[in-house]
Amino acid sequence: MSPPLAPALPARGTAEPGSSLGHDAWRRLRRNRMAVLGGTILLVLTVACVAGPWLSAYGYEQIDLDHTFAPPGAAHWLGTDQLGRDLLVRLLYGGRISLGVGLCATFVALTIGVTYGAVAGYAGGKADAVMMRLVDIIYALPFTIFVILLMVFFGRNIVLMFVAIGAVEWLTMARIVRGQVMALKKMEFIDAARALGLGHARILFRHMLPNILGPIIVYTTLTIPAVMLLEAFLSFLGLGVQPPMSSWGSLIKDGAEKMEEYPWLLIYPGTVFSLTLFSLNFLGDGLRDALDVRSSGD
Amino acid sequence: MIRFVVRRLLQAVPVLFVIITATFFMVRFVPGGPFTSEKAIPPEILRNLEAHYGLDRPLWRQYLSYLGHVARGDLGPSFKYANRSVNEIIGQKLPVSLELGTLALLVALVVGIPLGVLAAARRNSWLDHLAGTVGMAGICVPTFVLGPLLVLLFAIRLGWVNASGWDAWSDRVLPALTLGFVYAAYIMRLTRAGMLEILNQDFIRTARAKGATELRIVVHHGLRGGLLPVVSFLGPAIAGILTGSFVIETIFQVPGLGREFVNSAFNRDYTLVLGTVILYAALLVALNLATDVVQVWLNPKLKFE
Repeated sequence: MSPPLAPALPARGTAEPGSSLGHDAWRRLRRNRMAVLGGTILLVLTVACVAGPWLSAYGYEQIDLDHTFAPPGAAHWLGTDQLGRDLLVRLLYGGRISLGVGLCATFVALTIGVTYGAVAGYAGGKADAVMMRLVDIIYALPFTIFVILLMVFFGRNIVLMFVAIGAVEWLTMARIVRGQVMALKKMEFIDAARALGLGHARILFRHMLPNILGPIIVYTTLTIPAVMLLEAFLSFLGLGVQPPMSSWGSLIKDGAEKMEEYPWLLIYPGTVFSLTLFSLNFLGDGLRDALDVRSSGD
Repeated sequence: MIRFVVRRLLQAVPVLFVIITATFFMVRFVPGGPFTSEKAIPPEILRNLEAHYGLDRPLWRQYLSYLGHVARGDLGPSFKYANRSVNEIIGQKLPVSLELGTLALLVALVVGIPLGVLAAARRNSWLDHLAGTVGMAGICVPTFVLGPLLVLLFAIRLGWVNASGWDAWSDRVLPALTLGFVYAAYIMRLTRAGMLEILNQDFIRTARAKGATELRIVVHHGLRGGLLPVVSFLGPAIAGILTGSFVIETIFQVPGLGREFVNSAFNRDYTLVLGTVILYAALLVALNLATDVVQVWLNPKLKFE
């Protein structure tokens, strides 16, 4: 079956040949220096976290009791901790966990939020009222407290952490997507799709979602730092990943306990974490400007 | 307005009910109990303990009796602190957290609003750039990084204040600054954006044309509308400050309710966990309501509905 009425992106201005919305956005994004800087830092950090631990001479759990608390130097670039483990490797390995949690939990939040919001907005009427009322109620709950309870009671299990964090962060996404779908529902190309006899699911996911990718992408980049903060928050309270594994949050926790004599144990993980949050936020802001998304949610 | 408040309060009852129910059953269905410890307790003593706290009765009866007590404002006895009630513990710890939270909120408002107003009034000046830096740092440096760094600098290296504790007034400085800083940054950004929007409107131009001074324009005409985004942010901000104090109280060893809550969860102190969750939930509901009321009061275009 030939694709019915390609769901054309709403034309903004005059679209010259080869100048799609994505193309325009990319050009605008490249002009935004802070966003490019953020993106570059993220790329370098990701590559380092993925490849670094393989290239290093040390393992992240390799204990060397002859070289505990070694200051940064030639052998250990960022020094070692109380068990003589190399901080750089632990930092890169922790980055895999922190970035991984950030991506996976955001994916959970994205899936729930987009589906929920799209269905509510598309259905409208009573179903919409009930669904959004539920979101309002959940919004008012002390959710951080529930995540803490979950982590304490059901063991510090990393999969549970994805689910718990994802389950907290989907609400705003649902609100944004619902608003966008409601606006799109009144457009003519949706009427056309309906006139062609397409099913609801097809209209919703093939014709509507591609048109609201902008806000979804922007809000996703802003959800990742929020998720990473929550993971680090849990790890800092001792509820996140357990040793000998490390995440940036747990490294900061360990560093804070020993900063008096060995400040590098706090400063390096803290800097890398802050740098990542900085990059994600600027990339998100840059994408918002580039995609010209006005309603940024909260 | 009274009808609005009453209706919202009535809506809060089922919300709190759901929270109590969910938390009650969640804490009961987890492995481990308040009396499982390293050293095994003889079974007779365990039975006596459970009988004493009513844990030997069927779960639904415990639930109903708990609901009855909560409705009368009694959160029950603590399982870990012998002979102390949850009400007593909360009564002792909550004031500390409230003091910390209030100070942090003051820091956020006193730093955030003036800086945001100045940044908007003097756009692209050095003040605006300073505000931009503060806003960026607030987003990128989380409390659990900022707190230890401040301790390292001001307590350990410079020796100006104590690294932890809650006795002298100077013990309040670092925790309040750390907790308030993130929100100061947010409030600054919101104030700046709100003020910029207002200062570009026609009625401001009219006021200028009538010869009002710049100070009067900003303070008298601008603030009321410009602070609206800040007001709607206050509810979430206070909620965040409340939960944020878990980390702050851990870093600075502040004897508040936040630290108590995390400990009670580790200890499986069912009643204390439940009591704290109910308290926080009720606080959040009240705060959201208060935010909505103030918002309508500041912006006559909105209606109570």
